[in-house]
Amino acid sequence: MYKLFATILKDLRILTRDKVGLTLMFLMPVVLAIVITAIQNSTFELVNDNKVPLMVCNRDTGTAGKNLVEAITKIGMFELREVSSDISNRHISDRMHAKDALVAVVIPSDFSARLNQRAKDVSSRALNDFGVSSSSAADANTKVEPITLFYHPVLQVSFRQSIQGALRSALQIVETKQVVRNLYFSLNEKEIPDSVENQIVTNQVSINEVPVSRDGSRKIPNSTQHNIPAWTIFAMFFVVISLGSSVVREKLSGSFVRLKTLPTNYLVAIFSKQITYLFVTLLQTAVIFSIGAWLFPFFGLPPLNIPSDFTGLLLVSVICGWCAVSYAICIGVYAQTQEQANGFGAVSIVILAAIGGLLVPAFAMPDSFKVIMKLSPLHWCLEAYYGLFLEGGKFKDVLMNIIPLLVITLVIQLIALIGLKRKELI
Amino acid sequence: MTIPAVSIEKLNFAYQGQSTKTFSNLNLDIAEGERFGLFGPNGAGKTTLMHLMTGLLSNSSGSIRILGNDIKQHKKEVRRLFGFVPQDFSFYHELSPVENLEFFGAWAGLPAKTIKSRTTDLLEILGLSDVYNKPVEKFSGGMKRRVNLAIGVIHKPRVLFLDEPTVGVDVQTRHAIIGYRKHLNSNGTTLIYTSHQLAEAEDLCNKIALIDEGEIIAHDQLSSLLTQHSEEGLEGLFLNLTGKAYRDSDV
Repeated sequence: MYKLFATILKDLRILTRDKVGLTLMFLMPVVLAIVITAIQNSTFELVNDNKVPLMVCNRDTGTAGKNLVEAITKIGMFELREVSSDISNRHISDRMHAKDALVAVVIPSDFSARLNQRAKDVSSRALNDFGVSSSSAADANTKVEPITLFYHPVLQVSFRQSIQGALRSALQIVETKQVVRNLYFSLNEKEIPDSVENQIVTNQVSINEVPVSRDGSRKIPNSTQHNIPAWTIFAMFFVVISLGSSVVREKLSGSFVRLKTLPTNYLVAIFSKQITYLFVTLLQTAVIFSIGAWLFPFFGLPPLNIPSDFTGLLLVSVICGWCAVSYAICIGVYAQTQEQANGFGAVSIVILAAIGGLLVPAFAMPDSFKVIMKLSPLHWCLEAYYGLFLEGGKFKDVLMNIIPLLVITLVIQLIALIGLKRKELI
Repeated sequence: MTIPAVSIEKLNFAYQGQSTKTFSNLNLDIAEGERFGLFGPNGAGKTTLMHLMTGLLSNSSGSIRILGNDIKQHKKEVRRLFGFVPQDFSFYHELSPVENLEFFGAWAGLPAKTIKSRTTDLLEILGLSDVYNKPVEKFSGGMKRRVNLAIGVIHKPRVLFLDEPTVGVDVQTRHAIIGYRKHLNSNGTTLIYTSHQLAEAEDLCNKIALIDEGEIIAHDQLSSLLTQHSEEGLEGLFLNLTGKAYRDSDV
């Protein structure tokens, strides 16, 4: 036992004197977590709270164009910048390059006429189908010139699609309004009163968002809740840079020659490194979670809500940390040089993070990746943390994520042990 | 009959991928209490033999016994009996001499109390008391050599292997190291030593073996060998037996 204690003390002493290693293990993940959360949070706010600048060029002289602009305004997502109707597409594009707006909508000059015609056709067809009107069947496929949406290439596809969705819903309102107006006129031979029109068109069913948490809480997860667990796992696995090279450095150093001549098995050294670095990963977790919970609000970021099952959180963190440490030791055992350990270690963690769903959400992965994803220990770590942080679950709820993680950890340990035996290190 | 400190019988060894054996049926006995020097040109097999005796390399056949214990069968017991001072600095440069001795002492199987008292003694004897808590990476070459030696003897081994222990040190450090080795030997420690410093070896060793191309070509008291070959010193004897041609190791 004293041998293990002395070895842990030695490892801790070396670790605390490695300033670069400490920076990599503590400062970098904290900076990363703050930066990524801040960026994602601003994107989240841009979509939900802030308004997207939208340039509108209404070339239509009728009422439909105006109605459309009104409907877009009512969505509340855009900050409208109306430009003169005689402005050319080229000019719009130039202004967008100057970043006057990231999105621009051009309503064609015959938009009202065509939309009105289409609405008439649709309502006539409907009335014919009900046998109310005897007029000849109209062409319900009257083409309306498309609305042109200019967008700056920097806009991401998902963001562009959400803008398109919003515009489509505005267009839907205008179209519906026109059809309703025509139907009303055909049936009553008088204009529809504004109150009735508004009741029919705008009285939409609202959507009530309910996150399905296990503890019954209705807190809507924020960007911190998503990001902090993910980047904590990333930080834990990044101990590969310090621990992997520590194993290689020891193997290549003169001290290892002496260790092999002493009456103590090298497994004691490996066991000591596991304990020391497990402590490091838990410290990383405590630091990052504390920053998320108490420091983030000072940066204007949403605070991290610590799960109610604190013991579960500790257990999950210990198991995730143990897996990260095992992986780093395995890399250290097989690497021949520190460069190999650092290079392979870092790149493999990024790859495992990517396929594990840390960079792209697991549900957005292509089917072919969903099998590979399950091989990444980072995936199971993330799922376990999300179970606690986002779903409000207890340890028993994430057990199905912990079991595969433990299996992967044991396999990694076994691979490391085989490496130690084959290289006659134990 | 006394048990030899080291007994090598019919030792065979070849490095992996090498067709010719480094050692073929090598036999060697080193008596307990001797100050034994192992000499030879570059690539003769000195370090390989030392690594085989300390268990860092594994022989394909034959046996090596340290104080009667086979090094393969009684690995743990044997490792308690000997100490090793490698040619390269074998410690943690980030740690101080005390911290290194604490760690290596524990790995040698010593209790904390013994380590503490032995550390104080060794630092005093080897002139490192003033720098006991400074990281070794800041030390001069000579100071590092003394730390290297201190770690090798912390557990008071009965047999001490020293691989070029004074390479690159100044006269004062060499003098101190030789003096301490003689002190160890006078207390019963068998010294097994390799070096290219032949004058130093003449001063230290009472028995030597000359090794060349994996074979022991001379093995006796230094004085007897000098008489047998009509030489006045070890350097003359060395050149007489191993020739003057360069012995560059295989590239």
